[in-house]
Amino acid sequence: MSFEIIASSFQHKDIEQSQLRRTLKCGAIGGGTVVALCVFGLINQFMERWIIENLLSLAHAAFIGITLTVGALIAIRSPKLSPAARIFQGFLVGMVSGVFLSILILIMATFDIRNMFVSLSPKLLMFLSYGFDPYTACAVTIIVGGVLGLIGAAIRESPPWLRKPLITGLATAFFIGLFAELLQLAMQYETVDPIRDYMFTWEGQTLTGAITMFVLGFVLSLFWVMRGKQVMANHRAKSHASQRSIRYFLYAIAIVLFLLFPMAAGSFFGQVLMLVGLYVLMGMGLNLEVGLAGLLDLGFVAFFATGAYTIALFTADNEHLILLIDRPLTWWEALPLAMFASLMMGLAFGIPVLKVRGDYLAVATMGLGEIIRVVVLSDMASPLLGGSQGLLHIPRPWIGDFELNDPIHLFYLTLISSIIAAYFAWALENSRLGRAWMAIREDEDVGQALGINLVNVKLLAYGLGAWFAGLAGAIFAVMLGSIFPHSFQLLISINILALIIVGGIGSLPGVVVGALMLIGTPELLREFGEYRFLAYGFVLIVMMRVKPLGLWPSAVRKRELAAAAEAEAQMRATSGQKA
Amino acid sequence: MNLERLKQVTYVDVTLWLMRAIIILLVIAGTIGTVIKDRYTTEQWVSMVMFGLTIGGIYALIALGYTMVYGILRLINFAHGDIFMTGAFTAYFVAAPLAKSGFLDEYLIVGMIIISLVAMTVCSCIALIVERICYRPFRSVRSLAPLICAIGASFFLQHAFRGMYGSSVRAYPDVKFFDTVVSIMGFNFPRIQFVVVIAALAAMYTLYLIVNKTKMGTAMRAVSEDRDAAALMGIDVNKVIIFTFILGGSMAGIGGVLYAFVFKQVYFFMGFFPGIKAFSAAVLGGIGNVPGAMLGGFFLGVVESLGPALFLDGLGIVAPYQLRDLIAFTMLVMVLIFRPQGILGERLARQRA
Repeated sequence: MSFEIIASSFQHKDIEQSQLRRTLKCGAIGGGTVVALCVFGLINQFMERWIIENLLSLAHAAFIGITLTVGALIAIRSPKLSPAARIFQGFLVGMVSGVFLSILILIMATFDIRNMFVSLSPKLLMFLSYGFDPYTACAVTIIVGGVLGLIGAAIRESPPWLRKPLITGLATAFFIGLFAELLQLAMQYETVDPIRDYMFTWEGQTLTGAITMFVLGFVLSLFWVMRGKQVMANHRAKSHASQRSIRYFLYAIAIVLFLLFPMAAGSFFGQVLMLVGLYVLMGMGLNLEVGLAGLLDLGFVAFFATGAYTIALFTADNEHLILLIDRPLTWWEALPLAMFASLMMGLAFGIPVLKVRGDYLAVATMGLGEIIRVVVLSDMASPLLGGSQGLLHIPRPWIGDFELNDPIHLFYLTLISSIIAAYFAWALENSRLGRAWMAIREDEDVGQALGINLVNVKLLAYGLGAWFAGLAGAIFAVMLGSIFPHSFQLLISINILALIIVGGIGSLPGVVVGALMLIGTPELLREFGEYRFLAYGFVLIVMMRVKPLGLWPSAVRKRELAAAAEAEAQMRATSGQKA
Repeated sequence: MNLERLKQVTYVDVTLWLMRAIIILLVIAGTIGTVIKDRYTTEQWVSMVMFGLTIGGIYALIALGYTMVYGILRLINFAHGDIFMTGAFTAYFVAAPLAKSGFLDEYLIVGMIIISLVAMTVCSCIALIVERICYRPFRSVRSLAPLICAIGASFFLQHAFRGMYGSSVRAYPDVKFFDTVVSIMGFNFPRIQFVVVIAALAAMYTLYLIVNKTKMGTAMRAVSEDRDAAALMGIDVNKVIIFTFILGGSMAGIGGVLYAFVFKQVYFFMGFFPGIKAFSAAVLGGIGNVPGAMLGGFFLGVVESLGPALFLDGLGIVAPYQLRDLIAFTMLVMVLIFRPQGILGERLARQRA
């Protein structure tokens, strides 16, 4: 009881902080973010990219978006004020954010700190001050910030029928503008030429295009806000069977569109989707280890490397080739070998770390992975594995007389492998073995007491997880045509871990969502390549704090969490009665 | 040993014993091989040991941060290696102008203190931010969340500093005093190595005094023993945790400056490998154990420095120095597998691991 009182008094204090402090805090969040974007050099990159051609760059959009958001944030956080006062608070918060940025402008204008902060270039200063002298620029920044904050708060305070369509419309125009170049790449057909020319130039989205998109998003969303409930009610009124058939019909359309998309959109998209597919494969493998069996593995890339190197050693036409028969094996013949080698690698990995748990396991596996990388890279192993020179000339797979040499072909190969692997993963999850994994994830000692053979079950988790990674590695080898030890860094293990966490630990659809988010999106935004890891770190932290279950949590986890919350509520109720 | 117990031995045990035996055999064979070959002079051996002590001192300073945080929060501060980087990288922008104006050569001690203070401040601030963002929200939760959050923080720090200070390698200034050679008992060493070892020992001694003699240090030890009981005794746990992160950050800051003066270069990724190795050192000494981290650091440094020549060269391996990291990682994995409580045997290793 006493603890709850203490805890609740803390929460109370949190709500009761003064309005001034709250305003300053929100303003500092906004201003700090904006200044950080400048200092980290992201704005320099964003300046180059037009959302609306020659009018609004991504950098402008970032400033506007952040200020609108903090304006809305203060409106949410000050529930006790009247709506008008809340909107005024938005104005204040926007001004505070503006003050942060103007301090940066003044510093940049007064001192030369480029030697230290390489991103704070004169060009950035020009951009931030719109060509005004610094003091005018500061005044303008603060006032514009205030107005934007006001608008943000006003949008937040407006009725839902206006707010939702407005946000949807802005978001539509923004994303269309952001991906303008890619959308044009995908629209290389004569029939859509007029639309393309209306919407885009090669510089970016046209103003008319942006307005059209905004209106489109607005109207559709408005329709949904007005009529959505009725549509859903009609849908629910139908029988279960017809509901299900509608759902399957929609799924089928989505799948067909997805299958045809890379063919229609060109090989760049094929390449991106294929990479996503590889990570989905690896994600499913790691998901068996981390998601189901609870074995945190940071050396996963070693299995991926094993698959790739096996393919290279048995098929590639170079001096490291291992001849099993009188000619190099084809990809299809080497594939089972690669998967088997990875599986063996998984077992070899698993045996030493069987008794290590938790954080220690993460570090031990990371150490093992690094050992393998160091050995492969060294001159000691180079007569066998090529050292840092890598293994070159890996032939593409053939089906009959047809060579799979286009990224799109390889994408379909990846897709088919992923589907097969997903079936296996799904079947494993619902098997006796899967249940044993989940049992030892929750509590090893209890699991063992229930008669689960810890050794076998854990080793199977490592081995089968590695098997998926081996398959991915085999495809990766032919995708690049040559492999180097530098392709198999710890970073990849962390990427895979990040993607299954973002998607939702232990959830199969989550792996796909995570891979699209963390692998697909950064590939599409190539020019910000250096900064993708910055975003990664940020996303990992935010996900853990805001949505620890991931974007598409597994059903079991959701159920468990709901049950836990219910139990807690019940406990609270009873303890309340006692008090 | 009776037959019943022998029957319980599984293939896993056998494999683990084989692993151990193979590694011990390799080490012995390598050492004998090297002794027979006699390729290195005594002078070389001594300078290797001295270099090992130098780098070991730096590892020990970083390891202290890992070990203290683990002792109190039972968490691996995965971002600690990058915290080490932030201090050294930022201090460059103080060290370079100081050296250019000749101040550093003239008033070396004052200059070094200024540089170290900058690095310590930056490291402590970043450590506090990491604590606030990545650890505090999860303090009562026992899951993978804080570890993953810290991995995120590690990435974020690396690439934020890359964006901020640029991706190029910056060269720390040369200091005349450090570049001279001292000779002791007929052996010549670069003076910087002595400076590093002495500075590291001094920093560690100060830390030892803080942990063992001050009120705050007593509170720290109490919290690491039992957090709830300490809170009931009126210790402000929050304050203790913050203090721990500041201490760990300061040690990493000093380590960063020393590292930068030994290797003369800083860049955004420099924290990763020293971080992992320092973690190995902390585990080696028994994580959560302050003297253990110091001992582990020096031990790892010396083994890593001697290892390639002593064990690997004797086995006839080409270019053994490429495999220096291999020795550190192997030691890390072996300790985690066979003796998770470390050399000094820490009480909490069993209940957690």
